[in-house]
Amino acid sequence: MKVLMTGNEAVARGVWEAGAQFASAYPGTPSTEIMENLAKFDKKDICAEWAPNEKVAMESALGASLAGVRSFVSMKCVGVNASGDPWMCFSYTGCEAGMVVAVADEPGQQSSGQSAQDDRTFFKHARYPFFEPADSQEALDMVKEAFRISEVSDSLVALHMTTRVCHSKCVVETGERTEIPVRPYKKNAAKYIPLPAHSPAMVAHSYQKLEDLKEYSETTPFNREEMHDTKIGIVCSGCSYYFAKEVFGDTASYYKIGFVNPLPIESIRAFSKKVDKLYVIEETDPLIENEMRLAGIPCIGKDVLPVTGELLPDVLREKLLNITSEKPDVDRSKILSRPPAFCAGCPHRGVFYTLSKMKNIMVASDIGCYSLSPVEPYYVGDTGICMGSSISIGHGFQQIMNKVGGDMRVVAVLGDSTFLHTGVNSLIDVTYNQSNTVTIILDNRITGMTGHQENPASGFTAQGDPAPEVDIPAICRAINVKHVVTVNPNHLDEFKQALEEALALNEPSVIITRWPCALKKMSQENKEEFPNAFRDRYQVDREGCIGCKSCLKAGCPAIHFEREARKAYIGKDCLGCSICEQICPVNAIKKEV
Amino acid sequence: MTKSILLVGVGGQGTITAAKLLTTGLLEAGCDVKMSEIHGMSQRGGTVSSHVRYNAEGKVCSPVIGEKDADILVSFEQMEALRWIDYVKPEGAIVTSTEKIDCQSVLTGRSAYPENIIDELRKVSDKVISIDASGEAAKLGNHKVANVILLGMIVKYMGLEHIDWEKIIRENVKKNFIEMNLKALELGKTLI
Repeated sequence: MKVLMTGNEAVARGVWEAGAQFASAYPGTPSTEIMENLAKFDKKDICAEWAPNEKVAMESALGASLAGVRSFVSMKCVGVNASGDPWMCFSYTGCEAGMVVAVADEPGQQSSGQSAQDDRTFFKHARYPFFEPADSQEALDMVKEAFRISEVSDSLVALHMTTRVCHSKCVVETGERTEIPVRPYKKNAAKYIPLPAHSPAMVAHSYQKLEDLKEYSETTPFNREEMHDTKIGIVCSGCSYYFAKEVFGDTASYYKIGFVNPLPIESIRAFSKKVDKLYVIEETDPLIENEMRLAGIPCIGKDVLPVTGELLPDVLREKLLNITSEKPDVDRSKILSRPPAFCAGCPHRGVFYTLSKMKNIMVASDIGCYSLSPVEPYYVGDTGICMGSSISIGHGFQQIMNKVGGDMRVVAVLGDSTFLHTGVNSLIDVTYNQSNTVTIILDNRITGMTGHQENPASGFTAQGDPAPEVDIPAICRAINVKHVVTVNPNHLDEFKQALEEALALNEPSVIITRWPCALKKMSQENKEEFPNAFRDRYQVDREGCIGCKSCLKAGCPAIHFEREARKAYIGKDCLGCSICEQICPVNAIKKEV
Repeated sequence: MTKSILLVGVGGQGTITAAKLLTTGLLEAGCDVKMSEIHGMSQRGGTVSSHVRYNAEGKVCSPVIGEKDADILVSFEQMEALRWIDYVKPEGAIVTSTEKIDCQSVLTGRSAYPENIIDELRKVSDKVISIDASGEAAKLGNHKVANVILLGMIVKYMGLEHIDWEKIIRENVKKNFIEMNLKALELGKTLI
């Protein structure tokens, strides 16, 4: 059947068609929808899970492979960093039933600025065979082939995705699911326990598997020549293939690489001899290019093409053909930037409004919606680097502040899912080494920024089954935080008092702000716990409004200001958090009755 | 020949839904179709773009629309039309809803929402159509069908009326909204 699918949907479909029975992931743009789509399949076919982090996802998938079924993991680029240990170690062990890991990089960093890493370089470092699809059809076909290669080579196989492949739709011909018999479990300590006695053979295997795949790489149809005019030859992989074809069409010949490691170096050499001038077009690192140069194949690559951003057709035209398009003459000062902002009704608003009023604090933030706080109107946040880092960066900062006699206090801020991802380890560091940081866990009852995925504290599994909720306050107490309070972040006084009390302590403290994300589809449990959430609406009393703009400091998209009348008004997108009502100095904002 | 339709707006305006209906119709008509979206933070008021490229005879290569490449730019919000102006072909058309959605610097009072944006658009294309899509949609019963009014305008302008859009809408829209969407589509076709 022909359907339009994003790359992510196609990967999920391919995993299912390949007969995989286990999949695990942690959400992260642009990879999230792979697991969301896998979770839609019947549980009898595939057990699809959200893991607390990528390391756990990798390890549980290997366990499933050992138990005899094809298993799969997906993650965003930085997930590779969080799961570096299993990545490297599994390179030595290999697996039983096939195991495939899809990683979505973000050249150009359209949606998260965290990292522009090229994980192809990591795969090579960790000695993983890998495929790199150019579109959704290839994503489906390659993931299925990756399972086969995983089994024939006794190796985990990676699938390298980028934002454009993940989030672009194209026409895909889908197939049927192949049921793969479960392999009987065979204990094999020599393969899975790297004692010194086992280790040399494991290491040798991790190199040999790539040697053994060289012939496959030279012969697989995923690596192919496409001959047209021979004045220009282009070696490319991933979506660069389509970007190059958009620019050069039939005026160039192509060597399209779909199976990248090990490279089909002899086929590339043969191709290079058929063309007059050879370009290598690959996004981010010069991985293919460097290998070609090492093999003595002259080429033009990163000497003219950028290592940053996507190699979009416009970039290729400019860099390779010296064609730039003249920008139309319009008044560009009329284009104001439109950064994303906390939604109307967002439970983070009260927290960051309050923090914006605090003096002499260092706010160590983290990865999640709260990373929108360093901009206007809050300007809150000193750091926000990698998952779970708020608490530990804050810990180190506080220890030294205290040691050298500085008087700044650290407030670490992170969400429920980020806390469970890796933040909990950092909090153990805080209590073990006793720094007096204040940790605020913004528990909005869901993994918010990536688009509302369930997590271990949300009450449901990826496939929609009820799950016992992790008790975040109990975790904090169990690791010896004595001062743990839970507050409603929409009550500014309550939150401010909790914050001041925590800052007055000379010991670790945790404040949990518990209120659902305004965009969340409320579960029955949420409706019972928060019966009045998002029901109220507020309005500005025009007579009472003095035009002081205090309410605008809430940074709410529902609050507007009429410049001429010098009055604030509230739009129909108000969700009744009441923060503006509490801020208004003249009580001109009132609940609609 | 590959045609390019660029739909832009602000998160929550229905850009992605309109692009989905459009691509579904193009696929059913036997075209090769690609669509690329950047929607990372779309739900939080950020800018959203859907690039739709199709080819009735051959294959579409890049899923991304380049500069001076869009046959038609359809914006669900005024300022977003100007943001994407570089992507319109010199002979291309611009359709924009007159809707204004305040960005953060306007909300905080630091800047005013820019005036006379439509005049800027007219400097680039002599085929600029601005319509109060939300207002027209509200007259039909729900401001949310603004996206399908704009879809109707695309259908007419790009000569895609041979595609069975009624079927596409019936199969992809919630039952209670089908009739309103069909009216919105027909209305859109008359506005361009």
